[in-house]
Amino acid sequence: MSSVEKALVIRHREVVPDYYELEFIAPEIALEVLPGQFVNIRISDSLDPLLRRPFSVYDVDKKLGSITVFYKVVGKGTKLLSQMPIQKPLDVMGPLGRSFSIPTEADQVFLVGGGVGIAPLVYLSRVLSSEGIKTKVLMGASTAGFLAGKSMFEKFGVPFLVSTDDGSEGLKGRVTQLLAEQLLIDKCDYIFACGPESMLETVTELAMEQNIKGEISLEGHMACGVGACLGCAHLVKTGEGQRYAKICSEGPVFKIGEVLFHSQDER
Amino acid sequence: MSVTDKKTRKKARAQLNLQVNLGGMQLKNPVTVASGTFGYGFEYEPFVDIAGLGAVIVKGTTLEPRMGNPSPRIIETPAGMLNAIGLENPGVDVFIGEYLPALRSRGVTVIANIAGNTMEEYARLAARLDGQPGIAGLELNISCPNVKQGGLQFGTDPVMVKEMVAAVKSQTSLPVMPKLSPNVTDITAIARAAYEGGADCLALINTLMGMAIDVDKRRPVLANTFGGLSGPAIKPVALRMVYQVAQEVPLPIMGLGGIMNTRDALEFLMAGATAISIGTANFVDPMITTQIIAGLQEYMEECHIADINDIIGAALPQ
Repeated sequence: MSSVEKALVIRHREVVPDYYELEFIAPEIALEVLPGQFVNIRISDSLDPLLRRPFSVYDVDKKLGSITVFYKVVGKGTKLLSQMPIQKPLDVMGPLGRSFSIPTEADQVFLVGGGVGIAPLVYLSRVLSSEGIKTKVLMGASTAGFLAGKSMFEKFGVPFLVSTDDGSEGLKGRVTQLLAEQLLIDKCDYIFACGPESMLETVTELAMEQNIKGEISLEGHMACGVGACLGCAHLVKTGEGQRYAKICSEGPVFKIGEVLFHSQDER
Repeated sequence: MSVTDKKTRKKARAQLNLQVNLGGMQLKNPVTVASGTFGYGFEYEPFVDIAGLGAVIVKGTTLEPRMGNPSPRIIETPAGMLNAIGLENPGVDVFIGEYLPALRSRGVTVIANIAGNTMEEYARLAARLDGQPGIAGLELNISCPNVKQGGLQFGTDPVMVKEMVAAVKSQTSLPVMPKLSPNVTDITAIARAAYEGGADCLALINTLMGMAIDVDKRRPVLANTFGGLSGPAIKPVALRMVYQVAQEVPLPIMGLGGIMNTRDALEFLMAGATAISIGTANFVDPMITTQIIAGLQEYMEECHIADINDIIGAALPQ
């Protein structure tokens, strides 16, 4: 069950420019949280910024009772959060949302992350490895300096390949090109992906062409985080047509093929 | 605090009266949650004892299911937020068949919120909900700024407001509470029209119509272009309207608009509201309603007020 905890910040550092790792003690949330779920953090006690901000869980230390989130400074809220000193209490609500499933029948799975979208895949990779599922991570960024999360995969011994838009490391191009290449040369039974919508749309196309099942994690502006306000709606397919699903409570994880993307939405 | 102190306090609390009567609706305390900000209540069960609330005003219900507006539907603004959800809901049959029985079994005081495109739809909804066990009253959404037909247009014309309230009243034995729009020149004229139509109480205010522009894209942020502004940014406007209407119209008022804490709630009660609704603040702090109920009790103890009704309208001119 979700709860709200006053979480003590124990680690907060800028990993690469504008990308931060934030670790805090929240034992109840840490005990329950599954890969793909998120927490809703109140950035300040003041009325501006007003709403909580959602962050997917990057890693969990169940023994210590800590949670790490990984975020990019994109606006007022994350800018303010980046200035949060350690040893301060943070108001954290969670765990929220639907988690990734663990495809126990799969021999090998691919984890595809674009930019800060790598965040929920780190914890997932650890859980998959512990379940004995062979995991290969494909991660993309604009340039080598922004390839965050690499050290985590190195630490956990999860094999990974990279792509950069400028070719400064790994394949020159998009991570979806890397995925297309890998699907030709390696076995993949299941795909997990998180990143910009255009990337998720391409991942969906590639997966469906080859009949590979999988899951994608979406993001969106949220207010409540619990499915009450209907603010974070995203179009999904239904038997008869389409409807809006709540990213916060029906997602953020959706099955590949379930989500309708904006380019498909232009009627 | 010593054990004896705690016991004394608990005893003192038991003697406090927080019950209010809102136009025939008996509420166990004046703290309710605003329609559209609390779903059907279940969403907040990990955080709040929903049966302990004065009432849960559930998400707006229409005759048929509504898909709602495209995204983005919300955007944060300074000390507030804009929303344009577009009344997404599963329709009145699902509400009656699925949600209402579950709420009833939990002992929740439910106020249903109804909306439609035509006056006839409102009347049909009222008739459909009449006699359904577990509904304390009906809130009429005649002020939604986010749907193309109905909504706001009904709430800004006094003649229409009076007709609408009368049409709904003729179809139900439940107390009827029109929710008024602040997007009018004279809120008291609308409030009077609702009174003349036979309203039992009034809810004010709904959101203020606003917008935001994405400077990089040079386009409105919300897919619906306009949205309703809520949150602490609108509190002074809401408070002023409650204060005005309380002096002009002899109906109990449900006050809402940007209430974030106990002192805000007290301001509305003192301005003449019999009960209050918490909306946007639920998003900021999911436990806020429970805290405000406790906060009101603390205030009453400190000020030696035995009955919450004694502070309603305390700030109005004598």
